[in-house]
Amino acid sequence: MRLTRRTAWGAAAVGVTAALVLSGCSSDDGGSDEPAASESAGGELTPVKLQLQWFTQAQFAGYYAAVDQGYYEEEGLDVEIVEGGTDIVPQSVLADGSVDYAIAWVPKALASREQGAGITDVAQIFQRSGTLQVSFADKGITSAADLAGKTVGNWGYGNEFELFAGMSKAGLDPATDVTLVQQQFDMNAFLAGDIDAAQAMTYNEYAQLLEAENPETGELYTADDFTAVNWNDEGTAMLQDAIWANSEKLADDEAYQETTVKFIKASLKGWIYARDNPEEARDIVVAQGSQLGNSHQLWQMNEINKLVWPSPEGIGWIDEDAWNQTVDIALETKNDQGATVITAEPDADAYTNEYVEKALAELKDEGVDVSGEDFEPIEVTLEAGGN
Amino acid sequence: MTDLATTLAPERTAPVPVGPRERSTAGRRILVGVLAVLLLAALWELVKVVVPDAGGYIGEASVLPRTDDLAMPHVWDVVDRVLQPETSATGSPTVLSAMLSACWFTLRVALAGWLVGSIGGLLLAALMQRWQLAESALVPWVVLSQTVPLIALAPLVVGWGGRIHIGTFEWQRWMSVALIASYLAFFPVTIGALRGFQSPPAAQVELFRAQAASWNRTMLSLRLPASVPYLLPALRLGAATAVVGAIVAEVSTGTKGGIGRLIISYAQSASGDPAKPWAAIIAAALLGLVAAALVSLLGLGLGRYRYAEVR
Repeated sequence: MRLTRRTAWGAAAVGVTAALVLSGCSSDDGGSDEPAASESAGGELTPVKLQLQWFTQAQFAGYYAAVDQGYYEEEGLDVEIVEGGTDIVPQSVLADGSVDYAIAWVPKALASREQGAGITDVAQIFQRSGTLQVSFADKGITSAADLAGKTVGNWGYGNEFELFAGMSKAGLDPATDVTLVQQQFDMNAFLAGDIDAAQAMTYNEYAQLLEAENPETGELYTADDFTAVNWNDEGTAMLQDAIWANSEKLADDEAYQETTVKFIKASLKGWIYARDNPEEARDIVVAQGSQLGNSHQLWQMNEINKLVWPSPEGIGWIDEDAWNQTVDIALETKNDQGATVITAEPDADAYTNEYVEKALAELKDEGVDVSGEDFEPIEVTLEAGGN
Repeated sequence: MTDLATTLAPERTAPVPVGPRERSTAGRRILVGVLAVLLLAALWELVKVVVPDAGGYIGEASVLPRTDDLAMPHVWDVVDRVLQPETSATGSPTVLSAMLSACWFTLRVALAGWLVGSIGGLLLAALMQRWQLAESALVPWVVLSQTVPLIALAPLVVGWGGRIHIGTFEWQRWMSVALIASYLAFFPVTIGALRGFQSPPAAQVELFRAQAASWNRTMLSLRLPASVPYLLPALRLGAATAVVGAIVAEVSTGTKGGIGRLIISYAQSASGDPAKPWAAIIAAALLGLVAAALVSLLGLGLGRYRYAEVR
């Protein structure tokens, strides 16, 4: 009996220790990663959740700046920004009602719409596409036509349609005229020479190249070492980051309609802040706990600004021509599996300028520059590893 | 009554004295562990020296990975990177402290998941032991559950969790991660516990029956003690899988704060700072070992039941 009791005490001690460790889990900051946004304001704030496509980074600086600068609060909104993950589809999260707004690329969102997600583009933040096809300068690839006979990387998963449209437009058959390679999300295969022309976002992978060491010189690569095919120039760009809202609630929920205008207005103000204060905006993003390097984030901020500004009709305005170009490519371009993004024209609910128009009018009344006609990007020097 | 299990089994009355034997060799085991790590590091460097930078090819097919500094940074570069600050931002913590706090976060989430999974697994095993029908009905499902890919499950769990509001209780993202971890952890515990519960020989079970012992009494005094040698390794395995589950779920659901998320964040600088992602990968591997070791501590108090542990 004595033995048994001692055994029981031993087990109990281990159990209590485990319980203590676990209770530490629930009591302190470990569990909650939501920024406490709403403590300061006096009045009732409307809670709003925004779903991002990816982790915190300068790509979403405008929204973080709007939280940090209190723009949402001024509009009576308590905005919680929900980060994305590798398997989080913002359009689905929005459609099932878990969040109020989501950031998503237009073609991907159109594909989700066709599968039944009731969502509407209410503000087109990025006016240009940030996707490039990058090569080493000595390969002489400066246009889509030069890709003939080369090894061409792409990420797949719906990121490949600008490339395929560009090649088709240049008279190439993607199936026979190039060797297609599935690309990882780092640039190692390109740097090692396995890929002649690799897909890269101006604000991310392209920067990674400039942060890598050239083994021949021992210095970092420079922009002169590379050439890039830009789909905006090739005429096959597709619209990217946009604010999407829930179509159903837009149709019959007046409070949601009002919130939408307010949310767009404050978000646009955040983007305007990021345009005028790129370094402060970068600091706001870094303070949100992004582990990406400091110079990388500033580069990203600057490149994102180039995608947003200038916005001739005002930031967030959905340009009909750019929209139609996106839809046409989504309908007609086949990828290597023979699939198109969508199979039928999207219905009238797919986008509306109604809310962004109101938001822009209010901002103009306040004397804010919403088009950024004289926007000048800054010079960013990347450090090794983006640190 | 409590001691019946051991008195009934004369061939087992002289259990192998697990405790002292382990103590005497503990020092050597640590030494062997350290040596193994050093050996691995040496092997890594050897591969870097022997295999050409471009990797090994047979014809067109690549059979060995690239070994240049971008793909396989030197061990000392990784160690050095760990001690450097994470980024050039002022006040940036070192990679080591960032990883330690991330591991601490993941460990707690994984432990929560392990606890839920283990309790669930034990209950399920008890149910299956109690009713033969339950066993034949449930075992295929338990096995099947492990073939569902985690990445398919993760968004669903987050989706359900996002809509749970009970009173002031609100579902947090880390709970989804813990739930996914528990989903992996429950499997070995269920199977291990069931085998353990069924392990007492017929003679012992029949003696209990002859004395009209209730199912509860048989469970507490015979089956539960007898299951310890099966249960401990299962719990250890469960802890390791819980860590794996937590890491994968973090990446998948975009939960901030843990080591899984850190791996992805660091991987974004893989081309310019290749040592950084490797540091996080090593930290994640070590975390699994730490979790399993923590669970082995449970065995310290149960030495008396560990006469024939299935290792």
